[in-house]
Amino acid sequence: MIEVEGVSKRFGKVEAVRSVSFSAEDGRITGLLGPNGAGKSTTLRMLYTVLRPDGGRARIGGRDVVREALAVRRSMGALPHGAGLYPQLTARENIAYYGRLHGLEGAALARRIDDITRLLDLGEFIDRRTKGFSQGQRTRVALARALVHDPQHVLLDEPTNGLDVMATRALRQLILRLREQGRCVLLSSHVMQEVAALCDRIVIIAHGQVAASGTPDELRQRYAENDLEEVFVRAISRVGDPQ
Amino acid sequence: MKLLWTVVGKELLDNARDRRTLASALLFGPLFGPLLFAVLISVVIQQTVSDVERPVTLPVIGAEHAPNLVAFLERNGFDVQDWSKDAGAAREAVQAGREDVVLVIDPAFGERFQAGLPARVQLIQDASAQRAARNVNRTRSALGAYSSQLRAMRLQARGVSPEILSPVVIDDVDVSTATGRAALLLGMITYFLLAAMLMGGLYLAIDATAGERERGSLEPLLTLPVTRSTLLVGKILATCCYMLLSLVITLVAFAVGLSFVSLEELGMSANFGPEVVVLGFLLMAPFVLLGAALMTLVASFTKTYKEAQTYVGVLIVVPTLPILFAAFLSVKPSALLMTVPSLSQHLLMTALIRNEPVDPGFAALSVISTLALGVLVTWLATLFYRREGLMG
Repeated sequence: MIEVEGVSKRFGKVEAVRSVSFSAEDGRITGLLGPNGAGKSTTLRMLYTVLRPDGGRARIGGRDVVREALAVRRSMGALPHGAGLYPQLTARENIAYYGRLHGLEGAALARRIDDITRLLDLGEFIDRRTKGFSQGQRTRVALARALVHDPQHVLLDEPTNGLDVMATRALRQLILRLREQGRCVLLSSHVMQEVAALCDRIVIIAHGQVAASGTPDELRQRYAENDLEEVFVRAISRVGDPQ
Repeated sequence: MKLLWTVVGKELLDNARDRRTLASALLFGPLFGPLLFAVLISVVIQQTVSDVERPVTLPVIGAEHAPNLVAFLERNGFDVQDWSKDAGAAREAVQAGREDVVLVIDPAFGERFQAGLPARVQLIQDASAQRAARNVNRTRSALGAYSSQLRAMRLQARGVSPEILSPVVIDDVDVSTATGRAALLLGMITYFLLAAMLMGGLYLAIDATAGERERGSLEPLLTLPVTRSTLLVGKILATCCYMLLSLVITLVAFAVGLSFVSLEELGMSANFGPEVVVLGFLLMAPFVLLGAALMTLVASFTKTYKEAQTYVGVLIVVPTLPILFAAFLSVKPSALLMTVPSLSQHLLMTALIRNEPVDPGFAALSVISTLALGVLVTWLATLFYRREGLMG
C-alpha cells in the first residue's frame, strides 16, 4: 500500500510537484499518467526515497519515506527512468550485486537469481557482460535487479520506454503477474493506451498536480466520454499552468 | 559492514575488467616514473663521465706568439687548433655556439713576456651558454695554472720565495656525501610515487561517482537499503586498493630499475633496497586515503565523466606543489612540516633514500596527520554525497 498525502517538491523557482495526493493499493496496478514534464518522475523519485519532499508526506507499507527510508527501501523495488547497468559486469553479477546489498547471499541468492532469470527469460544472456545489450535486454536486467529481493511494492518509471512490441508484451504480462501475487504496482507513463490496457486505477497528473483519478470506468463516466484519450485531454486542460 | 565490503568488491571487480583503469593503475602510472628516471640518470652519467675524459678542443688565434703556453695547454689535455681566422670570426663562432671558447693571443705577447710585463690573452666565450661553461672553466683554470707557475719561477729567479705572494691559502673541503648528491636527483622519486598512486586511483574514483551518474546506474543504486555514506566509503576504499597496488608496483620498479643504473659512476649511491621498499610503502601508504577521498570528492561535484577527468587531472598536480616548494627553498624536516601531507612524505622518503636516520617521531606525526586529514576529507565527501543535487 502506497499512500501519498499533499506531497510537493520545488527545484529553485520551479514547482515540480504541488500537493499531490493519491494511493495505490496492494494487488492493484496504479498508473501515473501525464504529459512529459508533468511531475511523474519527481513524484516517483520522492517515493523511492531518492528525493525528499518539501511538504506533505508519503508512506509505503505504512512506513514514512523520509523518516524510515531504509525500511521503505527494503520493501520496495524501483526501476528508475533510464536505469543503467554496469557494463563490465555480467547480467548475473549486476543482479547479484543488488541482491547482496539487499542482504541476500549464498544459495538463497543463487536460487532467487535462477527464479528471476526464468521469470524474465534472461537465460540467453544471463552470463554475458551487459556492454552492448539492446534496450530491451537492459530493461529486463534492470527489472530483474529491482525484483531480486521479492519486494511487496514495485515502482516503475516509464518501464516500456524504448522497448519493442514483444518486449512490451512480456513486460505487461510480468506486471499482471505481480498483481496476481498481491503486490502493489505503481508505474508511470505518458502513453494513454498503455495505462488504459494495464492499470486498475489511473492518476492523471498535469503541471505537478493531480488532474483526475479513478478507475478507467469511473473516469469515463465522470467526463461522459467513452474515449479515454478524450478524458485525458480534457482532464489535463482543466489544470492550467499557474506559472 | 558486510554491505561495505560488497560495494568494495563490486567496484574492484568492475574496474579490474576495464582495460583503461587497469592500464593506468598497473602500467602507465607505476612504470612511467621509474623508466623515465632510469633513462634520465643514464644520460646524466654518460655526459658527466665523457666530459671529464674528453680533451677540450681549443681554437687558438696567434698560437705562434706564445709557443710555450700552447705546449703547456697541450700537455694538460687540450686539443689546440691553430686558427688563422681573425677575432671577429671567433666571436661569431662562439655566439652561434659552434665553439665553446676561443683563445686569442696578443701579437705583443712574446715581447711583453720577455720584458717581464703582463702579457695579454683574450678568452672569447658566451657566459649565458650553460653547456660551454665546463670547457670555459677548464681553459681559464689552465691559463691560471700557467700564470702562477711562471710567477713562481720569476720570483725564485730573483731570490724571493713564491710563498710571499700567497698570504691566504684557501682549501675547499667538500662535505657533500656521494649519497647526498644523488639525493638531489633521487628527490624526484617521491614525486613519481605520488603521481603513480593518484593515477592508479584516478579512473576508479571517477567511474564510481561521475561515471555511475552518467551511466544512470546511480539512481537505482540509491533506492537500495544501504546508506549513501556506506556506498561512498566503499567506493573510496576500492580506490585505495588500486592506489596501494600502484604504490607497490612503483616502489618495486624503482628498486629494480635503479639496480641497473650504475649511480656509482656519478659518485652517488642510492639506497633503494628491499628495506626501503617496505619502509617507503609504510610512509607513503597513509597518503592513499587522502588522495582517494580528495579525488572522489572532486569527482562527485562534477556532472559528467569528461568534466570529472578535467578537474581530477588538475588535482593530481596539487600534491606536487609542496614538493616543488621544498625543492626551491631546500627546507629541512621539522615537526610543523610533518603535518603537511605530500611534503612530509617527500622529506621522509628523501631521508630514507639518502640513508639518513628517519626520526620515528616525525614519521609518526606524518602518518597520523595525513591519515587524520584523509578521514576528514572522507567525511566531507560523505556529507556531499548525501546532498540531493547529487542526482543532477
